[in-house]
Amino acid sequence: MDYPRCAGIDIGSRSIELVVVEGSRVTESRQADTGYDPISQAKTILEGVSYDRIMATGYGRALFEIAFEAPTVTEIKAYAVGVRSVFPDAKTILDIGGQDSKAIALTEDGRVGKFEMNDRCAAGTGKFLEIMARSLGYGLSEFGREALKAAKPLQINSMCTVFAESEVTSLVAKGENRRDIAMGLHRSVVRRAVSMLKRVSAARPLVFAGGVALNPCMIKLLEEAMDSPVNVPEQPQMMGALGAALLACGAFGRP
Amino acid sequence: MSEEYRSMWKDLGLDLEAHDALLAALGQGYKDVFMTQENRPKGMEYFDFVVSQVHGLRVKELLDEKAAGRKVIGSFCVFVPEEIVRAADATLVGLCTGADFATEEVEKYLPRNTCALIKSAFGFKLGKVCPYIESADMIVGENTCDGKKKSYETLGKLVPNLYVMDLPQVKTAGGRELLRTEYLRFKTAVEDLTGVKIDAARLKKGIEIVNNKRKAIHRLAKLRKADPAAISGLDALLINQVFFYDDPVRFTNSVNRICDELEARIAKSEGVFPKGAPRVLLSGCPMAVPNWKLPWIIETSGAVIVGEESCVGERGTRNLTEPKGETVDDLMDAIVERHFKVDCAIFTPNPDRIAHVKEMAGDYKADGVIHYSLQFCQPYIMESIPVEKELESARIPTLRIETDYGSEDAGQLKTRIQAFIEMIGSK
Repeated sequence: MDYPRCAGIDIGSRSIELVVVEGSRVTESRQADTGYDPISQAKTILEGVSYDRIMATGYGRALFEIAFEAPTVTEIKAYAVGVRSVFPDAKTILDIGGQDSKAIALTEDGRVGKFEMNDRCAAGTGKFLEIMARSLGYGLSEFGREALKAAKPLQINSMCTVFAESEVTSLVAKGENRRDIAMGLHRSVVRRAVSMLKRVSAARPLVFAGGVALNPCMIKLLEEAMDSPVNVPEQPQMMGALGAALLACGAFGRP
Repeated sequence: MSEEYRSMWKDLGLDLEAHDALLAALGQGYKDVFMTQENRPKGMEYFDFVVSQVHGLRVKELLDEKAAGRKVIGSFCVFVPEEIVRAADATLVGLCTGADFATEEVEKYLPRNTCALIKSAFGFKLGKVCPYIESADMIVGENTCDGKKKSYETLGKLVPNLYVMDLPQVKTAGGRELLRTEYLRFKTAVEDLTGVKIDAARLKKGIEIVNNKRKAIHRLAKLRKADPAAISGLDALLINQVFFYDDPVRFTNSVNRICDELEARIAKSEGVFPKGAPRVLLSGCPMAVPNWKLPWIIETSGAVIVGEESCVGERGTRNLTEPKGETVDDLMDAIVERHFKVDCAIFTPNPDRIAHVKEMAGDYKADGVIHYSLQFCQPYIMESIPVEKELESARIPTLRIETDYGSEDAGQLKTRIQAFIEMIGSK
């Protein structure tokens, strides 16, 4: 039997992800930077990809809706659907992306029951970690690994990206070890995420998704703080695109 | 229309250039938000006209009233009893508080982290763009939240005619007595201002006029229970906003006229949203013209707003003043009784409000409640958590939003609101 080829595109603030599914099988998976022109980046990522239906999610979904006349879904519902397809028992999701962080409680049958999202600033998001990594001279992919090697983790008090950056600068000037600073920064992001999670749901299993879930230090700290195992999909940053693709097929709930 | 009113604005001391810019922005915003709606009731044309003339014809009418010896009183709050004002043949108008204006100038007088509504009131005064505050013979400030009561100390230095009314914060016998004392003091102040002695017959007439206005709004509210919705939440909010500006008798007739039309629509199952569209109840801080950001995001995301638990809405209009008694004392008691029921978040404790939100959610068959707080509005932000808890324990999905008059958070608000609508719409 031939399944329709359903594409989901997640246009985030930092990156664009594309997933194509046929039935429940992922047949295509791509990622690119969003840059300053999300629609032309979306066109580039779609080059050579064939699909029957497409649905957009993420921060740039409205732009895509206009340019491609495609239906859209919020990243909150898309993540819920994407994560449930990988972890069918998931009850709670933490999604930390480029400029948003979200805690989502799922109902028994996988619908969104309640959610919280950070307010307008970048505190506690991927952007925060990215700026902090840069101010410590780390690449984003090594930031978490290096933080895990901290001997005496420091306390970072500022949640605001701008204030935290100057706090980091003054710690560096005091000669503090940058791994210890890095660990402090990770802890502050986790503290914020945990308080959001606790407001939303205590139910388990908990799934951590979004680009920040690629960071091993974040996973470890989250497990410690929640005192429970944390499930992370193999490609946590693709869950929104996957959910949108599945919704494009109408496989889960209403498209 | 602007040209014929320019000299009027100039005489009022408005900054014409800034005022032009304000009217242009207001006109564009109105077009984008209201005129893009489909299948609006014909009766909305009247309210479109009122808004288009909100700084024009309506102000001219007030100035004509003044020329005929009657007074204009400006207010920021539903605790200022319109019955007493009408009894003295004076007109009560809501003052401008719904948009950011002259913010840099405002922040010379107020801390940055003051709520947008208070800042806006100052912005319109300092920017010289509110014809109402400039036409008012008396401006009534009221001791509600800390932000407002402390800001009146400063406003009193910027305007020559500020009258401050104290208000209770507890619903006890002592609280009621304070309200009564203050309303009697206000009655005397209005008598002194207008030279009219307010007797029982005048008070009765005032009560009747204002009650009729409220009854018309109650009728409109009831019609919003229909599915499909016969009128958008934006249009219904607009009517509730015009409540504070328009001539009360003309307003009452116009609301009743649109209600006739809505009844006919409902009989034919005609609506502005498809039957079964997700239904949202808004609860929280008041929304003054032109603060339409949140309802606009909600309704362009596919849900219909079926009620406002707000001072610009049901909290402000829901009870009538019982026209019982034949003496001034009796009628003043009735006015006190009516206003003492207003469940503003400045009261502590304030269980009536939570009960009312829940009751409205049921009555209007809301699928969910969006609680709206203005940033830095402590009373409503504080209440938002217990309101959410209570609603969720009754299985009513709730979304708490904290925002201001700016548009920079529109993207994130859209995501949260659309996700909420997806959530309540998939049940």
